[in-house]
Amino acid sequence: MHRFANPSRFLRAANAVLPWCAGLTVLLLAAGLYFALLGSPPDYQQGETVRIMYIHVPSAWMALFVYGCMAAASASALIWRHPLADLIAKSAAPIGAGFTLICLLTGSLWGKPMWGAWWVWDARLTSVLVLFFLYLGYIALVNAFDDPVRGYRAAGILALVGVVNLPIIKFSVDWWNTLHQPASVMRLDGPAIHPAMLWPLLLMAGGFMLFFVTVLILRVRGEIAAAKVRNLQLSLARG
Amino acid sequence: MLLRDLRLAFRQGMDAFMAVTFFVIAGALFPLGVGPEPGALARIAGGVIWVNALLAVLLSLDRLFQQDFEDGALDLLVLSPVPLEIAVIAKTAAHWLTTGLPLIAASPLLAVLLNLPASGYPVLLAAMALGTPSLSLIGAIGAALSLGARRGGVLMSLLVLPLYIPVLIFGVAAVDAATMGLSARPHLMFLGAILATALPLAPLAAAAALRQAVE
Repeated sequence: MHRFANPSRFLRAANAVLPWCAGLTVLLLAAGLYFALLGSPPDYQQGETVRIMYIHVPSAWMALFVYGCMAAASASALIWRHPLADLIAKSAAPIGAGFTLICLLTGSLWGKPMWGAWWVWDARLTSVLVLFFLYLGYIALVNAFDDPVRGYRAAGILALVGVVNLPIIKFSVDWWNTLHQPASVMRLDGPAIHPAMLWPLLLMAGGFMLFFVTVLILRVRGEIAAAKVRNLQLSLARG
Repeated sequence: MLLRDLRLAFRQGMDAFMAVTFFVIAGALFPLGVGPEPGALARIAGGVIWVNALLAVLLSLDRLFQQDFEDGALDLLVLSPVPLEIAVIAKTAAHWLTTGLPLIAASPLLAVLLNLPASGYPVLLAAMALGTPSLSLIGAIGAALSLGARRGGVLMSLLVLPLYIPVLIFGVAAVDAATMGLSARPHLMFLGAILATALPLAPLAAAAALRQAVE
C-alpha cells in the first residue's frame, strides 16, 4: 500500500487501469441493464416493479461499501499519515453520497406501489438516512477549513465515528421488525433468490463497483492536480 | 478541571441558564402552534420534550471547547501530563452538570405544560437521566471537530444531529411506551447501552479531534 503513497506512481498505475475500468463499466452496465429490464422474468407477486431492485440493491451495497472504503482510507491517513489516503477518502465521499441518494430515491419509488407509502420510518430506512447525513457532514467538514490538512484530519475522525452506523444498517432488518425485507442474497445458507434474477443483479453490482473505481480514479486525479496548483500558487506568492 | 469548568459556568451564570430557558420557551410554543387540545398535546409531549432537549444541548455545545480554544487554554491542556481523554471527560461532565441536569429538572415543568399523562413522568426522568449524558458526550466530538471551522455552529449541528437520532428514538419510545401502559424497560436499556458505548469511545474521538485542532 505504501508503494502507492507516491502520487506519481499512483498516477501511472491509475492511468493504466482507468481505460479498462471505464470500458468494463460500460460493458457490465449495458449487459446488466439488458437482463434487468428485458431478459429477466417479472416477479410473481410484484410484477414488473421488481426491476427497481436491480438499481436499488446494488446502490445500497455501494453506499455501505464506499463508506467502508472512506473509513479505511481515513484510518490509514490518520495512523500512517498516508498522503493519498486523505485524497481518496475526500474523493469517495460525494460518490458514496450519490449512491445513498439513488438508493433512497429508488427505494421510495419502489415503496409507493408495494407498501403504499413513499417513506416509512422503519429502522432500515432511518439508518440509511443517517448514513446519507453522515456523508453530507463529512463533505461539509472536509471543506470547512482554510487549511486543507485540518479538514482531512477532522473529517477522518468523523468518518471513523460514523462506522458504528454500518452494522446498524446491515442488521437493522434482523434486529427490529421492519417493513423492509431481510437479506436475501448474502446469507449463510445461500441466496434465496432465483438465478434468473441473481445474475442480472450481480452484473449490475459489478457495473456499479467498476463505475465507482472509475470515478474515484478521475476524482483523485483531479485532487492531485488541484494540490499541485495550490502548491505552485503558494510558491509563486512567496516569490 | 471539573471544578474549574463548573466555577467558570457559574460565574457566567446566564449561559447555562439560557439553554434551559430555550428548552422551556420552545416547548411552550407547541401548544400555541398545534392548538391547546389536551389529547393532541399528550400524544406529542414525549417527542416535543426530547427534540427540545436535543436542540438545547446543541445550542450549548459551543461552550464546551470554544473559549479554551480561543484563549489558548486548550494548548496547555494538550501539553499537560494529564491524558487529554481524562480532561475531555471532566469537561464533558461539567457540561452535563450545567446543561443536562437543569434540563432534567425542567422537563417535568414542560411535561405539565404539554399535558403528559402522569404515568410518563418517572420514565421521562429516567430516560432523560440516561440520555442527556450521551448527548453531552456525542456533542463533545462534534464540538471538538468543528473548532476553528468556518461557520462552525451550522457545521456542528450538521455533524451532531444525525448522531443524536438513536438517543431521540429510544428516548421517545420509552416515554410513549410508559404512557400507553407498556414496559419502557427495553428502551431504557437501549439508552443505557448507548451511554455505555459513548462513555469510553466519545472521549477518545474528541481528544483526537482536539489534538489535531491545536496542532
